[in-house]
Amino acid sequence: MQEFLEFTLGGIATGMIYAAIALSLVLIWRGTRILNYSQGGMAMFTTYVAWLVIQHTGSYWAGFAVALAAGLVLGSVLEFAVVRPTENKAPLNAVIVTIGLLILLEGLAGIIYGGQYRSFPAAFSIKGLKAGSVGLGISPNDVFTAAAVLGAAVILALVFRYTSVGLRLRATAFAPAVARLLGVRIGRVLTLGWALAGLFGALAGVLVTSSTFLYPNSMDSIFVLGFTAAVIGGLDSPVGAVVGGIVLGVVLSYAGGYLGSNLVLVYGLAALVLVLMIRPTGLFSSGVTRRV
Amino acid sequence: MPDAAALTIEDLVAGYGQVTVLQEVTLAARPGTITAVLGANGAGKTTLLRTISGLVKPRAGRILVDGIDLARRRPEDITRAGVAHVPEGQGVVTELTIEENLRLGGLIRSGGAARSAALADAYQRFPLLAERKRRLAGTLSGGERQILVIARALMAAPRVLLLDEPSLGLAPRMVTQVMDLVRRLRDDAGLTVLLVEQNARSALAIADHGLVLNLGKVVAAADAATLSADVALRRHYLGF
Amino acid sequence: MTLARHLGAALVIAVIVVLLSIQLSAYRDYQLAEVAAYLVAVAGLTVLIGLSGQISIGNGAFMAVGGYASALLLTHLGWNLVLILLASVVVAAAAGAIFGVAAARLRGPYLAGATLMLAVALPTVADQFQHQLGGDQGLSVAITPPGFLGGSFPPTRWQAWVTCAAALITLILLANLNRSRVGRSWRAVRDDEIAASLSGLNVARLKVLAFIISAACAGLGGALLAVVTGIVAPGAYTLTLSIALLTAAVLGGLGTLPGALWGSLVLVLVPTYLTNVGSSHGLSSAASSSVPIAAYGVILIVVMLVFPSGIQGGLRRLFGSATPMPPVLSRRRIPFTALRRPAPGRENQEEGPS
Ligand SMILES: Nc1ncnc2c1ncn2[C@@H]1O[C@H](COP(=O)(O)OP(=O)(O)OP(=O)(O)O)[C@@H](O)[C@H]1O
Ligand SMILES: [Mg+2]
Repeated sequence: MQEFLEFTLGGIATGMIYAAIALSLVLIWRGTRILNYSQGGMAMFTTYVAWLVIQHTGSYWAGFAVALAAGLVLGSVLEFAVVRPTENKAPLNAVIVTIGLLILLEGLAGIIYGGQYRSFPAAFSIKGLKAGSVGLGISPNDVFTAAAVLGAAVILALVFRYTSVGLRLRATAFAPAVARLLGVRIGRVLTLGWALAGLFGALAGVLVTSSTFLYPNSMDSIFVLGFTAAVIGGLDSPVGAVVGGIVLGVVLSYAGGYLGSNLVLVYGLAALVLVLMIRPTGLFSSGVTRRV
Repeated sequence: MPDAAALTIEDLVAGYGQVTVLQEVTLAARPGTITAVLGANGAGKTTLLRTISGLVKPRAGRILVDGIDLARRRPEDITRAGVAHVPEGQGVVTELTIEENLRLGGLIRSGGAARSAALADAYQRFPLLAERKRRLAGTLSGGERQILVIARALMAAPRVLLLDEPSLGLAPRMVTQVMDLVRRLRDDAGLTVLLVEQNARSALAIADHGLVLNLGKVVAAADAATLSADVALRRHYLGF
Repeated sequence: MTLARHLGAALVIAVIVVLLSIQLSAYRDYQLAEVAAYLVAVAGLTVLIGLSGQISIGNGAFMAVGGYASALLLTHLGWNLVLILLASVVVAAAAGAIFGVAAARLRGPYLAGATLMLAVALPTVADQFQHQLGGDQGLSVAITPPGFLGGSFPPTRWQAWVTCAAALITLILLANLNRSRVGRSWRAVRDDEIAASLSGLNVARLKVLAFIISAACAGLGGALLAVVTGIVAPGAYTLTLSIALLTAAVLGGLGTLPGALWGSLVLVLVPTYLTNVGSSHGLSSAASSSVPIAAYGVILIVVMLVFPSGIQGGLRRLFGSATPMPPVLSRRRIPFTALRRPAPGRENQEEGPS
C-alpha cells in the first residue's frame, strides 16, 4: 500500500515532465501540423545554457530564467530560419528537417560541452517527503516540478482563452486560411507557437535534468515519452497533453516499480503502440465529435 | 477615371496549378457602389474573389485598392489594407464561440475601444448573434453561420467588401434582410461591395453595376439596369 | 531481361571488388566492408522512404536485432556464416513485421515517432539481459576466413568479399522488386493512398511489406557490420546510428539505389575525416567525435531545403536525364487555399468503411 502511494505520487511528478514535453509538441502540431522531433534536443541545449549560467553565477534561479528565455529564442529562431522554408513542401520535408535539427543540436552540444555526464542542481531538496512516518515517494523538488509545469499550463490556458494573442493562436490552429483572411499574420503566430514550445521544452529540460544527468543525448528518452504522452492525449489538445503525461507517468511508475526499471522505455513503447493501435487519434481527442 | 475607383482590376490572370481560370479579367468599382459579379457555376466568380483577397496568387495583372497595387501580397496584408472577404460556405471557425469569431474579425482594429464598439455594433445589428454569443459557432445553422461571417467581416471596418454568395442557404426572408443590409452598408458607410450571386435578379436589384463572367472571361459589364434589360444576355448567362 | 542485365553488371562488379580488395591495404578493405554493410541497411531504408512513402528513424534498432542475432547464433550454435546471415535477416524481418503491423496504420508523425522511440528504447534491452546479451560490453563476433583460402589470408579481405557479395545480392533483389508489380503498387500508394486503395490495392499490406523489407535489410546490414567490427554492443546502436542511416539515404537521393551507395560512402569516409579536422582544431576527443554528428544535422537540413533530390539527383541532372525531385517530396503540406483543416486524425488515419 505504501509502495503504491509512492509509485502513484512519483509517477505524477514524472508525468508532469512528460506533460511539459507533450504540451510543447501540441503547441507546434496545432499550428503547423509538424511534429517537432527536435524538441528534446532543444530542451537539452537550453539546459546546457542554464548549466553554464549556474556555473558562472552560482544562482539556480538565474539559470532557470535564462533557460526559459533561451527556449523562447531558440524556438522562434529555428521556426523562422529552418522550418518556415518547408512550409509549402511535402510533409516529409519538415519531418526530416526537424530530425536534422535534433541531431545538429546534439552534435553542437557535444562539440561545445563535450560528451561527459554532468550533474545538474535541483531547485529544492531532493530528500523524500513524509506524512507522519509514511514516506510519500516524492521530494520537495518533485512538488516544485509538478507545480511549475501545472502553473505554466494554467497560464497558457488563460492566455489561450482570454487574450487576443490566444485567440490568434487558436484561430490559426483551427483554420489558418480563415485567420489570414481576417488579417491574422499567421507567420508571426506560428513563430510564437514555436517560441512557446521552446519555453515548455526548456522548462521540462531544467526540471528533469536535476534527477538525471546532462549530456548531449540526455533528453532523448524524455522526448520519446513526452511524444507518447502527446499521442495519448490526441496531439491536438493541450488538456489532453497534460492528462496524457500524468497517465503515462503513473503507468510507467507502476510498471517500473513492480516489474523493474530497466525496461521503462520498452514499456513506454508498448504503451505507444497500444494506443496507436486502439485509437490512433489519441484517447482524449475530440476527433469524433468534430467529424461532422 | 480609374483614379476615382475604389477597386480596380486590370488584366487579371489566375488559376490553380496548371489550370488557368481567370483570363484577363478587368473591372473598376467606384467608391460606395455595389458591383454584382454573375455567371454560371464554375465561371470563376469565387476564384476572382480569392485572387483579390490573396488566397490565390495572380499570374499577371494588377489589383488596385485606392490606387495601391495589392496583387501578390499576402492575404493578411490585403485584409489589413481594407479588403474584407466573406468566403463561400464554411468560413466560420467552428471550434471558437460566436463572440470569439466576431472578436477575431476585429483584431486588426487598433485599440480596445474600437474593438468593443464594433462588437456592440454587431450585436445591435444582428440580435440573433447576441443571444448566442457564448455558444460554439459550430452549433449554428447554415444560415446563422452566413450571418456570422458577414458580421465578422464588418468588424474590421473594411472599405471594400467581397461577398461570395451571401444568400446561399438562407430563407427568403433572410435573403431580403441580407440584401437590405448590403444596400445600407453602401448607402450609410460608403462601402464598396463586390457581390457574387447565383440569384442574379436579387443581386441586380440592389447593384449599381454588373459583371458577367463566363469561363473566366468578362462577357458583359454595364449598369445593373442595362444588364437587367438585356434579354439575350439574361437568357444566355443569367437564366431569368 | 533486366534481371539478366543486373546479374551481368553484378558479375562485373564482383570481379572488380575481388581485384580491388587484393590491391587495397587491410584498412581500406575494412572500410570497403563497412561501406557494403551500411549500403545494405541504407538501401532498405531508401526503398522504404522513397518508394513506399513511409519514414523510419529506427532502422538502427533493426541493425541491432540482426547484429545480436548473428552473435548469439555464432556463440551458441556455431552455425556457418551464410546460415547466420540468413537467420539474422529472418529474425530482423520478423521484428519488422511485428512492429510494421502496428505501424502500417500510422502515417507521417506517428510512424516516425514510433520508430524513433524504438531506436531509443531497444538499446536498454541489452542492460536488462546482462547474461544473455553481455550488457554494455556486448558480445564478440569472431569470424575467420575459411580454411581453403590458406592460413595467411587477410581476414579483412575475406570480410570485404562477404559483405560486398551480400550487398550485391541485396541490391539486385531490391532493383528487381522496384521494377516488379510490388514496386509499382508502392509508388501508387505513395502518390495517392486513397486512389490506390480504390483501385483495389491492399494498402496496409503493402506498407507492412515495405517495412519488413527495410527491417530485413537493416538486419542483414547489422549482421554484416557485426562480422566486420567483431563486436555487438548497445553503444553502437544508438539513435545517432538510425539518423546516420537516414542521412545517408537523404544525401544520396531518396528512393535511388545508387544514391544509397553514395550515402554509405559518405557515412564511412566522412566521419573519420571530420573527427580528424575537429581534433586538429584543438577539440577534445569527445568534442571532435561530435563533429560528424552535427554534420549529419547540417546535411539533413540543407539537402531538404536546397537540393532534395540529393547526390543521385545532381548526377542525373549533370548527365542530362533530369528528375527534379523525389516524388515523395513533391507534394505540398497544407493547401493554402483550403479554408479548413481536415479534422484531426483525418490525415493520419486510414479512412475505413466504418
Ligand atoms: N482549388 C481548386 N483547384 C483546381 N481547380 C479549381 C479549384 N477551385 C476551383 N477550381 C476550378 O476553377 C473553375 C472556377 O471555379 P470557381 O469556384 O471560381 O467558380 P464559381 O464561378 O465560383 O462557381 P460557383 O457558382 O459554382 O461557386 C472551376 O472550373 C473549378 O473547377
Ligand atoms: Mg463560387
